[in-house]
This record gives sequence, structure tokens and C-alpha cells, in this order.
Amino acid sequence: MKIYGVGILAACFLIGHIVGDMLGKAFHLTGNLGGVGFAMLLLVVGNDYFKKKNLIPTETENGILFWSTMYIPVVVAMSATQNVKAALSGGWVAILVGILATIACYLLVPVMSKWSTSLNHSKTK
Amino acid sequence: MNDLIKLLDKNGLVFAFLIVSAIMYVSYYVGKKLTNNKIPGAAIAISVGLIIAYFGGEKGVASIPAFSGMAILGGSMLRDFSIVSTAMGASFTEIKKTGLVGLLCLILGTLIAFIMGGVIAYSMGYHDPKDITTIGAGACTFIVGPVTGAAIGASSAVIAISIAIGVIKSIFVTILTPFIAKRIGLDNPQTAMIFGGLVGSTSGVSAGLAATDPKLVPYGALTATFHTAMGCLLCPSVLYFIVNYFLN
Repeated sequence: MKIYGVGILAACFLIGHIVGDMLGKAFHLTGNLGGVGFAMLLLVVGNDYFKKKNLIPTETENGILFWSTMYIPVVVAMSATQNVKAALSGGWVAILVGILATIACYLLVPVMSKWSTSLNHSKTK
Repeated sequence: MNDLIKLLDKNGLVFAFLIVSAIMYVSYYVGKKLTNNKIPGAAIAISVGLIIAYFGGEKGVASIPAFSGMAILGGSMLRDFSIVSTAMGASFTEIKKTGLVGLLCLILGTLIAFIMGGVIAYSMGYHDPKDITTIGAGACTFIVGPVTGAAIGASSAVIAISIAIGVIKSIFVTILTPFIAKRIGLDNPQTAMIFGGLVGSTSGVSAGLAATDPKLVPYGALTATFHTAMGCLLCPSVLYFIVNYFLN
């Protein structure tokens, strides 16, 4: 049944958030440290393991896949609920920092990517 | 009319499904027919979202009565839930390949954003270490800014600026990514992970990648979510001490 997939997804989500919350508390911060990331890792590793053993029925998988197709609509709703007005009225500091910091990071992408491929290349040799 | 608004408000989430599906339908139609698939439908839909948000208030379009359900559909709970579900399409072997470089990207991305933010803040007249740290943190993501500002006791005006920086970053990443994806070689899982780690902004990265190639979303989103964690960890601690050291 599809709901099993949704249940697995919910379990990964909550476990990830609990881990992120504990990590946040450990560093005395009000916030969740990487909860979503841990949840994703859990799902990736779990999926990898159970797929090899052929333990996931297609219907269960479809329950999770439905939510991943809802991802773009959710992002559209998220953009529609951003405080765009405040972002634009944050003044020049906000606009300059926002844009320049992003461009600096973009420029590094090809550099790091090249480094990563050469690293993997030497590993396989 | 008032009765209708009440009804839509009461059934907010369902109404949000209707609005978003209408936006999606029109955007994909425009993308296919008018731009000949040159601009992805997802990119148009996300831009439409940002534009209608401008006509709302603090919560974007959700500040307008009857549209309150958009805040549920686009809120952090469903956003995170659907981001996690995209991990189903990610391969563990691909993730392992980028492991070490990915970690380095997380640290490097945080440092670069923080330094850029701090230097610009300083040159524009902010000389208080708390202000500089908070603005630098805002250059990571719009979550790192307020978390850092609250942790070190910055003023609410500066925290507001740091949120604005993060939001501008995420909007900028969303719009720019599909257009420069080819130039920076963003067409494989490994580069997507590096991209997510360097740029951060989970919403911007995942929306930008969704508009570029939906298959890359889980990889970019995975490292991007850890970027926020890394920022929340480094900014109010090590980086704040360093800024303090240089200015005193």
C-alpha cells in the first residue's frame, strides 16, 4: 500500500529532525542542525540496502515517489510566500551582499568540480 | 464575497493545491509553446510565485486573506518532507564519490559567503563585530543569519537585513541557475553536490536545480541542507571570534 511508503518517508523525516535537534542542543544553538540532510541520507542508505535485497514493493515506493513529484509545486508555493517586498527594501547592503556572495560561490563550482573528478580519476587508476 | 473568502480560508490547503496547479499548468504551457522549451516550465512557475509574492506582505501572497493556505503548502514542513522524498532518486554510490570534496565545499562555501558579506558590510559603514558577523552569516542562508544574530545578540534591524540577504540570494540562485548551469558544468550528480555545498541556500539550490534538471535535485539539496548546518555552527562561534579579534 502507498501509505507504507509515506510512513517510511515520515519516519526518515522525523528521525533526521530529532538528530538535527539533538545536534543543535549539543552546540547550544536554537535551531536544527542539518535535520533534512540526515533524513535524506537515511532514505538514500535505506533505499540502497533494501533495493538490493528486493524488499520494497512497487506500491510502497510509489507512496514516496508521489511526494517527490510534489516537490516543484511545493517550491512554487514556497516562492509565493517569500517576503519579496522586504528583500527588495533591505537596501543596497542586502542586494550587494546577496548577489556578490552568490557569484563568488558560483565561480568556485567548476574549480572544485575539476578537482573532484581528478581525485576520483586517480583513485580508479 | 466575504463568505467566499471565509470558505477559501477555511479550506486553505485545498485552495492552494488549486492555485499552484493553475500556475504550473500556465507556466508549463508558456514554457513549451512560447519559449520552445528554452525556459523550463518549473523556472517560469517559480518566477510567477515570486512575482505574486511581491503583491502580498510579510508572508508573501499568504498575507492576503483567502490565500493563507499557500503558507501551509509552501511552509517548511511540507517543503522539507518533499525534499527528503527526492532522496529516493539519488544513488548512494554517486554520493560517496563526492564525499570528501563535498565536505570541503561546505566549509569553503560558508567561508567565502561570510567573508564577502563581512567585507561588503565593513566597507558600507558597519563596524560593529556583531553587525558584520550577522550580515556575513546572512550571506550563507536566510536561516543562518537570524540564528547567528540571535546567538550573539545583534540588533533586530541587522537581523532583518541578514534575512533579506538570504532571501535575495535564494531568489538570485533560483533565477540564475538554469541559465548558467551549462557554463559551470552543472549537469551531473557530483557537480550538483559541489554546487549545493558551495552555494548553500536550500530553497534556491533546489528550486534552481528543479528548473535545470529535476534529476539533480536530491544531490544538490543534500549538501545544501548541510550548508545551513555548517553556517549555524561556524558563524556564531569561530567566525565571530575571528571578526572580534580583527576589529579589537
